[in-house]
Amino acid sequence: MAEAVDFKVIGTSPVRPDGVDKVTGRAQYGADLNLPGMIYGRVLRSPHAHARIKRIDTSRAEAIPGVYAVICGRDFPRGQSGEIGGEGGGDVADLAKNVMARDKVLYHGHAVAAVAARSPRIAEEALAAIEVEYEVLPPVLTLEQAMRPDAPLLDEHLYTKNLPEKPDKPSNIAAVMQLARGNVDEGFAQADVIVEGEYKIPMAHQGYIEPHACVANTNEAGQSTVWCCTQGHFEFRAMTAKVLEMNVADLKFIPSEIGGGFGGKTVIYLEPLAVLLSRKSRRPVKMTMSREEVFRATGPTSGTWIKIKVGAKKDGTMTAASAWMAYEAGAFPGAPMGPGAMSIFAPYNLPNFKVEAFDVLVNKPKVAAYRAPGAPQSMHAMECAVDELARKLGMDPIDLRLKNAADEGTQAPYGPKFPPIGLKACLEAAKRHPNYTRPKPPGAGRGVAVGFWFNVGMQSSAEVHINENGTVTVVEGNPDIGGSRASMCLMAAETLGVPYQNVRALIGDTESTGFSNVTGGSRTTFATGMAVVKACEDIIAQCKARAAATWGLDESQVEWQDGHAVPAPGVNADVKPLSLADIAANAARTGGPLLGRASLNAQGAGASFSVNFGDFAVDRDTGKVDVLSFTAIQDAGRAIHKAYVEGQMQGGAAQGLGWALNEEYIYDENGVMQNAGFLDYRIPVASDLPMIDTEIIEVPNPSHPYGVRGVGETPIVAPLAVASNAVRDALGIRINELPLSPPRILAAIEAAEAGAR
Amino acid sequence: MTKLHVTTSINGEEVDFLCEPQQTLLEVLRETLGRTGTKEGCATGDCGACSVLINDRLVCSCLVLAAEAQGQQVTTVEGIASEEGLHPIQQKFLEHAALQCGVCTPGLVIAAKALLDRDPDPDETTIRYWLAGNLCRCTGYDKIIRAVQDAAKTLAHPA
Repeated sequence: MAEAVDFKVIGTSPVRPDGVDKVTGRAQYGADLNLPGMIYGRVLRSPHAHARIKRIDTSRAEAIPGVYAVICGRDFPRGQSGEIGGEGGGDVADLAKNVMARDKVLYHGHAVAAVAARSPRIAEEALAAIEVEYEVLPPVLTLEQAMRPDAPLLDEHLYTKNLPEKPDKPSNIAAVMQLARGNVDEGFAQADVIVEGEYKIPMAHQGYIEPHACVANTNEAGQSTVWCCTQGHFEFRAMTAKVLEMNVADLKFIPSEIGGGFGGKTVIYLEPLAVLLSRKSRRPVKMTMSREEVFRATGPTSGTWIKIKVGAKKDGTMTAASAWMAYEAGAFPGAPMGPGAMSIFAPYNLPNFKVEAFDVLVNKPKVAAYRAPGAPQSMHAMECAVDELARKLGMDPIDLRLKNAADEGTQAPYGPKFPPIGLKACLEAAKRHPNYTRPKPPGAGRGVAVGFWFNVGMQSSAEVHINENGTVTVVEGNPDIGGSRASMCLMAAETLGVPYQNVRALIGDTESTGFSNVTGGSRTTFATGMAVVKACEDIIAQCKARAAATWGLDESQVEWQDGHAVPAPGVNADVKPLSLADIAANAARTGGPLLGRASLNAQGAGASFSVNFGDFAVDRDTGKVDVLSFTAIQDAGRAIHKAYVEGQMQGGAAQGLGWALNEEYIYDENGVMQNAGFLDYRIPVASDLPMIDTEIIEVPNPSHPYGVRGVGETPIVAPLAVASNAVRDALGIRINELPLSPPRILAAIEAAEAGAR
Repeated sequence: MTKLHVTTSINGEEVDFLCEPQQTLLEVLRETLGRTGTKEGCATGDCGACSVLINDRLVCSCLVLAAEAQGQQVTTVEGIASEEGLHPIQQKFLEHAALQCGVCTPGLVIAAKALLDRDPDPDETTIRYWLAGNLCRCTGYDKIIRAVQDAAKTLAHPA
């Protein structure tokens, strides 16, 4: 455990610098920009889940007064190829076909044309006037159906990747993946107890409250400026440039404030359409999605089908585990089966394991990243199995996990040995937590589960400007989705030794700061924070040099202490310490303005583990599940802004509980989502939840100057299995399909009662 | 299409606008009057991001026709703070870190104000049910509830 460190501002919870604008309505989100002469874009979407486009006739729409531009697949360049990196990345051609269908529509809601008109109502009238002739094809809607050898194909040119031999016929299985260690057969042979399970989880949506929105403005030279809500404007620029075959230099992306993303705003949808419409109409074009469009055509995350088997000795030592997992990719390859496979056994020291994973096309929207992509589904299966194992062994579920917990030096299932990690510390904290040591309420069930996420580093840039009065402006490239400006200001204030109130952070557009990957992968406080700290260290070096010059000393004879340049110990100099403000005031005479900068590709993002538990009541008459209490314990490495770390843990818990208890994409037999609105796709509301108790564990990440681990994604992972295990505990019935909604609970109770008769 | 001429009051100020008969108050606030503090999350009355007060009654402005604002008193998030500064609800949202992305915040501030105007001392359950029409996907509501509880205290005992 690291030594106690005496920080001045890190670990406090000051008001965020962008806060006042966000509680008064001044902050501008994606749909909040109105430009002079602006017109409105709308998208025509496929009424079929699977069909060939025979003909599109836009002439009647174009003739409507007030319609300025109409586009469809033929207006896009056809030559795209290659890969785009990053969390929202993938194949360029797939991305291009997802934003606008070409020859085929692959899901209900797939974009087939778009218009721009003087008003939204004229735009909608124009959409109705576009004629599209379809040849309707049978939709493929489930993993079972899609994986059958005789299944209708979404893509006749898709051959399964990563098979030992190139397959001789196309398939809906885009790729397979295997991960293994040791010998599972021998491992299971050594086990005294074996549990097996099979779990299904339907598609779920990120459910950010702000629908996708953008405004594009293109000039006569073909240069476009795009204002949009995005988790990463640099990557949006790269994707839009590729899809439209434009020069990156001709595209400027300005990130608006962002109303939630959770991974869903790492990928473009409207932006290339708006650019084309504005190019054609020579006017600024605003495009906003309706909530229904958000559900039908963006996000979601994969529905999954997972089979799991775990074996252990009588004392609880796990000897082997195996998993088979199929993930729905939606209309194009790219389900998060990789991270699903790599995370499923990550919390455990397992000598023998095997994972087989499948990335499977179905006629549903192309999945996008969703908070710890792939892990909630796979780890739900494992954490349910571990719960069953604890029951069979008669062990406390935390003790069983402690017995097998990964620790520093354990080889992770995905390869490297873990550096210092906080799993054991979280488990021990859970074991002694008053919410765990107290008895559960009468009739209630208690569930426990572990969560995990890898976290990533990737590229970040930051500049630090010292204003003429010594205050500090931090410029970085990561949209602030949950208080990251405050974290950047805290790290800058701590490093420079100035008060938090003297520092402000802003997010530069693609022309005013260096490249930065998306706000995603729980990387911003870690990687961009690291860039901010390094840029501040650059400032300190410059300040020391300027103080040395002022004093006639050598740079090595000056130190930086509490925001001041001072002579180093033992240096005989009769000088007054120079504050940042003193040096800034004198900057013109010592070499000009103070500008620090750093750019990096951050390595060593430490994994973050969590332990969650909760008490749940199940109403046997209505099937309703009530969350009575919920406790989230997580290793944050170091909490920079304590309240926003707690906020990540609480928000992730709520999101995971929504997924566990209510949220699902419900389809009819034609592949039409039946609940594409917040009334029927019911995310948790305030009255659904109790207060969510948190305990932050701090096992510092040695790769970060302040010990930060990403905290954003891990919190959504454990709640799914906490809910499953608690309902299992309350009812005595293991339900193997989420969400644990009233109809599913009632059906399980009835089936159990019928079985008992 | 002939537009309707509507005279209304927004945040205490008399406002005139022209609108199409089918336009919602939300659309006119945002697109015609440039008051974009009121957000659209669903346009079907399910998320509360567009909450405003009409004559002190809490409504979803996406479910109100713009023409219905004729002669009414409309209060939006832009009208909650005063010359003295932030309203205690706004201040407590900041102090409690009760917003992450912040897009639901304008609606929650309005809804919380409507609650505390009626019931200055609500218990936790009352707050949770009153705010159940305002979706937040980021916070898990914990810090929002605490902010409203704290704001109620401040309003009852101003410093």
